[in-house]
Amino acid sequence: MEEEITMGKILGKWSLWLGVTAFFALPLASWAQLTMQDLKAKLNTEAHVGNLTGHAKDGANAYRRYCVGCHGDLGDGNGENADWMEPPLYPKPRNFQLGIFKCRSTPSGTLPLDSDLFDSIGRGFDRSMMPPWNTLTKQEKVDLVAWVKHFSPRWANEKSGDPIKIGPEPEVTAERIKAGRDVFARVQCWKCHGVVGQANGPSASTLTDDLGRPIAPFNFTEGARPKCGSSDADIYRIFMTGLDGTPMPSYADNIKPDEGWDLVFYLRTLMSQNSKEKEMAKQLNLKPVDPNAPAGQQ
Amino acid sequence: MRVSSPLQRCSQSLFPPSLIAALLLVISVVLSCSQPASALPAFARKYGLRCSACHESWPMLNYFGQKFKDNGYQLMNDRDSPIWQNPSYWPVTFRITPIWHRVSTNQNVDTYSTVNGVSTITGTAIERITSSGFDLSGLDFHTGGTLNKNVSFYVLPSSDPTGAFHFEQVFGRLDNVLNSPWLNIKLGRFELDNLLSEKRILTLTGNGGIYQTYHFIPQGDGNIFGQIGDNQFGLEYMGHSADDRTRISASLLSSNDGNVNLSLGSNSYTGFFTGSQAFDAGRLGVQRLGFYAMAGEAATYYRTLGGIPIPGSGIDNKGFSREGFVGQFYLGQHFDLQVVTQHGSDNPWFGQGYGNAVATDGNGGTTCVGQPGTNGCPPDNTPGTTLPAGARSPTWNGATFEAHYIYSPQLIFIGRYELERVSQQATVGTASDLGNIDNYVIGFRYNPFMTSRAGFAYHSEFNVLKQNGTGPVNPATGLPTNLTVSELLLGMDFDF
Repeated sequence: MEEEITMGKILGKWSLWLGVTAFFALPLASWAQLTMQDLKAKLNTEAHVGNLTGHAKDGANAYRRYCVGCHGDLGDGNGENADWMEPPLYPKPRNFQLGIFKCRSTPSGTLPLDSDLFDSIGRGFDRSMMPPWNTLTKQEKVDLVAWVKHFSPRWANEKSGDPIKIGPEPEVTAERIKAGRDVFARVQCWKCHGVVGQANGPSASTLTDDLGRPIAPFNFTEGARPKCGSSDADIYRIFMTGLDGTPMPSYADNIKPDEGWDLVFYLRTLMSQNSKEKEMAKQLNLKPVDPNAPAGQQ
Repeated sequence: MRVSSPLQRCSQSLFPPSLIAALLLVISVVLSCSQPASALPAFARKYGLRCSACHESWPMLNYFGQKFKDNGYQLMNDRDSPIWQNPSYWPVTFRITPIWHRVSTNQNVDTYSTVNGVSTITGTAIERITSSGFDLSGLDFHTGGTLNKNVSFYVLPSSDPTGAFHFEQVFGRLDNVLNSPWLNIKLGRFELDNLLSEKRILTLTGNGGIYQTYHFIPQGDGNIFGQIGDNQFGLEYMGHSADDRTRISASLLSSNDGNVNLSLGSNSYTGFFTGSQAFDAGRLGVQRLGFYAMAGEAATYYRTLGGIPIPGSGIDNKGFSREGFVGQFYLGQHFDLQVVTQHGSDNPWFGQGYGNAVATDGNGGTTCVGQPGTNGCPPDNTPGTTLPAGARSPTWNGATFEAHYIYSPQLIFIGRYELERVSQQATVGTASDLGNIDNYVIGFRYNPFMTSRAGFAYHSEFNVLKQNGTGPVNPATGLPTNLTVSELLLGMDFDF
């Protein structure tokens, strides 16, 4: 006797196969981009800083001891503490699998140098849960860099970018500080950082990172260290390379090298720390930028 | 006729396909989304770091943990002030350890003879007495952290196993004064700046749970004030480099061995000084070398009323000193060796038992009741007292060697050997090796799980302590024999 084919039976059969497929596919998809097996294949990843060579497999223990609680076993930023970090007060841990890093000496969109990651580990990030790991040996840090690199397939296919060139720092003058204020107005730093650097510009509350998480602009006035270093050259590098993954773009195409130093000098006047620039701005009675002033008429 | 497949038969007969599909979907989603369970101890709860970030194996600190402590329990990430914490955050951790404990020691015991069913004591003999059973450690409530940026505190009410509490540690600290890590000031009752910390020791038994080198005094010596393992009252200056490679400290302490209520001494003080430098040795790790020195005075004569010493009335101060070297040597990721040496010296008055005439036990109580010099109470250096002939300064040398094999951040093996050797007895003619100590400790701690929320370790340790001439008296010769004590401890050590 021919079995009667009904719509219900057809749907039932298809839903069964859908379920079986989902059973196998969903967990695979949920393991982010990589699995443990993928990562094991990358244990030969190396890092080079100065004359030190780091090996990923040698960084595994230190990663497990110090890093895994936030960055997770798979380096996907989903450690046990990630859930409890609520941006923008506490930024989420970095997802190393994406191979996108804020602090680089290389142009926007490129991979950082190994030394950039090395410096980041030792320096830590203010206003986040990432402390300065400067008690580790240099070898431990360079091994950790190799381990961090082994999480991302980008390093298998791309090379690090060429570091941007930073010329010698000129002498600070009153004219340069005033010129820096003009740059601050022209490229509209104030839209996020605010006219006096208090991170209260009109766009500040709307900012999100590339993953859609809220993010706060840097507040120059509260005495905190900039995330990617505190020296004049570090600050210059930050706005010339941009902070990848965040709304802070690279201004390499908008700010000439000489203007970059002017901007650094002006930013120093906004910071709470005492500085030569701050003293000069006081003598100049320098006013904050006026967002409504016509271009070039600050 | 079509024959249905087993799966079809199953699904037709028991479950419709859509139900199986839904079930598989639910299982897959649950498997995909499951997260590790969580819980929170104090600092880990605040900063989200796992125990292993700061601890070689908790409670022993690693270099990063030492830096965190030196910075006033701050990561220096501009999120240290409590103003950044959720208002419900309360920095409390408790720690307690249920154990099974076995202690075996040689002792004098009565011997009996039985005649016609009547037992009579006939003398004494030396026998080994072994006791075992389930037991409990004391309970510690650790509260610590920051009151504001660069203002930190620690309060540690601690109980003995019966639940009687005392304040083990209480201090406030001004950190990074003038924004310099070289200027930190602490006031209160605190652990001295010992790199090999007794308060963070990895072993728990009576003789293995302290460092003998930190407490050693020759037999008959009455100086309880030079014990660098005890928490002390005082004021500490501490400075360190940003990466903590260089550390220095100087403390001014009351010479009262951490006793409250000015019960001991009066106007007698002790200085404690440390310095160390760490070196980056490539793949071997960070090596540290340092020194410590303690020099102080303490009373030997307590004014009396009715012959009973008046607490806090001590005068006639005499001197003492302790000094030594400290080394922390790392041989790769898995092995390290910690070394502490000590040379100690006490004034002859201490060597003859003077020093603690009020017999204070360290927690506000007394160790004996009665006139000084009677019932085992320490003597008092009252006017007219003279030293016996042959009295001299006792001196000694000691060393602690503690090795760790860290299989992984979850499993650590511990081995320790300590030796204490008297180089000059307090009285001429005393056996030169009287009171010498050899102490052996082995153990391991295994943390079956590691999160940034709670600490749990299966703890196992065994130790043997031998001390010359302080054991039971040999009935035949009338001379004291050597003391041998062994301890075995298995337990669950946890904090939350």
